[in-house]
Amino acid sequence: MAAETVGRPRKKGGAAPLQAWLWRRPWLRSVLLLTPPLAWFVLIYLASLALLLVTAFWQINFFTTQIEQVWNLDNFRTIVSDPTYRLIIGRTVVMAAIVTVTDAIIAFPFAYYMARVASRRVQTLLFAAVLLPLWASYIARVYSWILILNHSGVLNWGLQSLRLPPADVGYTNVAMWIVFSYIWLPFMIIPTYSAMERVPESLMEAAADLGARRFRAVRDVVLPLALPGVVAGSIFTFSLTLGDYITPILVGGESSGWRSLGLGTGSTFIGNVVYNNVGIANNVPFAAALATIPVAIMALYLLGAKRLGAFEAL
Amino acid sequence: MNTTEAGPGFRLRLATAAAAAVIALTACGSTGPAAGSTTAPPPTANLKPLTSIGPGEGQLNLIAWEGYTDTSWVKPFTAATGCKVNAKFAGSSAEMVTLMAGGGGGQYDMVSASGDADLRLIYGGDVRPMNPDLIPDFNNFQDYFKAPAYNTINGIHYGISLQWGPNVLLYSTKKFPVAPTSWGVLYDPAYKGVITVPDNPIQIADAALYLKSTQPNLGITDPYELTQKQFDATIALLKQQKPLIKKYWDLAGTEIQLFTSNEVVAGAAWPYQTNTLQAARVAVADTIPTEGATGWGDTWMLATNAPHPNCAYMWTKWVSTPLVQAEQALFFGETPVNKLACAQMERLQAHSCAQYHADALGSYFDSIKFWKTPIATCDDGSKNCIDYSQWQSAWTTVTAG
Amino acid sequence: MESLWARFALRFWVVLILLFLFIPILLIPLYAFNSSNIESWPLPGLTTKWFAETWNDTEVQTALGLSLRAGLIATALALILGSCAAFAIHRMTFFGRDVVSLLFVLPLALPGIVTGLSLNSFFHYTGITFSIWTIVVGHTTFCIVIVYNNVLARLRRTQGSLIEAAMDLGANGFQTFRDVTLPLIATSVVAGAMLAFALSFDEVIVTTFTAGAQNTLPIWIFGAIRLGQRLPEVNVVVSFVILVTIVPVIIAARLTGGSGIARTTAAR
Repeated sequence: MAAETVGRPRKKGGAAPLQAWLWRRPWLRSVLLLTPPLAWFVLIYLASLALLLVTAFWQINFFTTQIEQVWNLDNFRTIVSDPTYRLIIGRTVVMAAIVTVTDAIIAFPFAYYMARVASRRVQTLLFAAVLLPLWASYIARVYSWILILNHSGVLNWGLQSLRLPPADVGYTNVAMWIVFSYIWLPFMIIPTYSAMERVPESLMEAAADLGARRFRAVRDVVLPLALPGVVAGSIFTFSLTLGDYITPILVGGESSGWRSLGLGTGSTFIGNVVYNNVGIANNVPFAAALATIPVAIMALYLLGAKRLGAFEAL
Repeated sequence: MNTTEAGPGFRLRLATAAAAAVIALTACGSTGPAAGSTTAPPPTANLKPLTSIGPGEGQLNLIAWEGYTDTSWVKPFTAATGCKVNAKFAGSSAEMVTLMAGGGGGQYDMVSASGDADLRLIYGGDVRPMNPDLIPDFNNFQDYFKAPAYNTINGIHYGISLQWGPNVLLYSTKKFPVAPTSWGVLYDPAYKGVITVPDNPIQIADAALYLKSTQPNLGITDPYELTQKQFDATIALLKQQKPLIKKYWDLAGTEIQLFTSNEVVAGAAWPYQTNTLQAARVAVADTIPTEGATGWGDTWMLATNAPHPNCAYMWTKWVSTPLVQAEQALFFGETPVNKLACAQMERLQAHSCAQYHADALGSYFDSIKFWKTPIATCDDGSKNCIDYSQWQSAWTTVTAG
Repeated sequence: MESLWARFALRFWVVLILLFLFIPILLIPLYAFNSSNIESWPLPGLTTKWFAETWNDTEVQTALGLSLRAGLIATALALILGSCAAFAIHRMTFFGRDVVSLLFVLPLALPGIVTGLSLNSFFHYTGITFSIWTIVVGHTTFCIVIVYNNVLARLRRTQGSLIEAAMDLGANGFQTFRDVTLPLIATSVVAGAMLAFALSFDEVIVTTFTAGAQNTLPIWIFGAIRLGQRLPEVNVVVSFVILVTIVPVIIAARLTGGSGIARTTAAR
């Protein structure tokens, strides 16, 4: 095979000179490859993000419902001065954090089993099992949880069969916490598993040789090396919770859980206020101003995540 | 979901809409006086409506209230005309106005707007005049609904009336064997955690209506025209109500689920929820308490930039016929505008004509405070009423705070 | 090797989490047989009438068709753009490479409502009509990220020496790509494409902001939930989708799920 290839006469002309010219200029080849996707991102995505930021400084004329390109800080002033918005932002961030921690705790042992204990066959099946929920409609799965958690739902039916008192979980923050953790779990398991899978067994053997018991080895070897994967997963769980409005509409309610944290009551999240301001109040500039908050939060989060090496683990 | 465009072509409407809207929006959906159109006419007033219905375009995009496009009357319509119906649901008038921005954005054909949305749509130039001559059943409409102030201006019809009805008190018959007689049930601490009301700023009017009876010293006459003092009292009441609420419902389906799973025992609802629950044999019923009720008069309006106008007219013709009027009235729980629908309603469900007052408007009609957009100018001319944007921010503070 | 106790505990946890993941999903086909049109527990009765009704529902057919078309187009675009980006980033070490990497993560790292609202404002400002193409633009933007991540991860694990060896043996650039590079990354490309299609098919937030009057399947499902009285149709459709995708998902899992690197004794 090798001799054949070497002996084959090269084509004269055609693509060969161009390829040779490109080979000597690897940077040019990369630029050509990078231009289409980069153009897409800059001309469409970045441009629209920039437009969003600019719109936040405009205002709406309530009579004509047209956007007036009058520069002002009113939208931001309202968000900062009206305590309602601080409550809304606060409770969204707290929920996102709780959901992220929950998913990290659930995913870690699961991913560990998948990566290091399960046989090849079981590994494939488990990975498929984690991917499959992404194909079962998000809304339908949330609705199943409504059926499970509400007053005469599956949970209470189960509790009553066991002669336990019914739980009052339906349409509360606990319900939202459960549903969010459930829906984003695959997004946490997959990067954690990928990162864990890359830790070579030889390192574990070396740790054992040095006298570490299994648990210590996991804590000191696997955990630091898998951490980027966990952080990568946390980017998804945090940002997805930060901007979601569907789960609060379907599963949220007026439970008093937030009051102890000084965050009022109710299930209005950042996503809900943005959605209402666009789709109902038709106040796009205000919605845009509100939308800059999660962008700022995620920008900080991404900076931290980058430090922890999450970008290589995506 | 469409928002409005910031383009040069739309600046024409600025002057006309601003002035006209202030005065015109005082016209309400009930027995109010005709709109004071002493200023510029609506932007689309000069658009000539169709003179005949051409061939169907094969598609119809509607913005509708949940329950206005049931298969039982949509399927025969599509079979007869070939127009496939594509419905987008909206839960509030404000949402409908937003979706219709830009004349429907070249996407939507019709919207089943209630009285509080109609004038905003008309003066925003988002809907265009319709020709009632193309709707044979128009002549059978009750006189008031042929040209109500909320959809007819200077003799130009900006839509064809559809149906009308009340916002009702929905309750569990297990908890209330006898129907409650007062809206006070929704404000009663005895029912903490088992109440639901719509997540819609217009709900402030319902609270104001209740205060009209319970605190007459406030002097509330029109629940949509509140002075600062009346408004503050109403908001205070709503803040008191908040700990009693299980959930503010955004979607009709959510309220249906709340009652199905016994999460709530009473709530403010549309008759649609009652009918759906009763059809599924959930033990509920609805009533209009003694304080009266808010309500809505709906109109099918044609978008200025409707891509399928022929299908739109065919649809309007269809839903104005006595049978479809009856079917929709019974399905949703509202009152038809076509006088001939009464006979059909009786045929489908005995005593329904009287139940929904389809035969005569009378005092039932007068007792309903139809939705209208709150504006700063009160009926008596003074300018200290609270406008809708403040209703919105106050509502956000109540529900989200 | 983990202790026996540890293995048992881990297995128990995995079973628990699998139950957690799948019990809500199992409720979906169960309620497709619901004799009532609203959902309550326990199931009042069973019927198969909803299957015929859903099959004949033109709105479902239209929504399903639109979701499939939009997903396929977006995935195809994302495949090309995402792979190009991965190749470029893998090769280059240039100033701003980190910035570009960050850029390509943004569509997934920023909440969907931000992306949706931005694109919505962009389309309005530029006067672009909302149609399947605006939906595709929104979906492609985050699909690119998924393909990019998958291909880049695989490229990082590929030994560059293989490429060089092929070229030493006389293969030109195109032959190298076709015969050496492509087979090496093929499985990651397929897996990335499948995951991208899955996310596009189920996407609702960005789509709500970038669609006109069209309904994709998730938007139709949300509309059915609003209506609250034809819920079993939703269950029928979703059950159908799950059934159709079980086999492809297992195949995709096979392609990406573990190359057993951790099990080799060679350290990387």
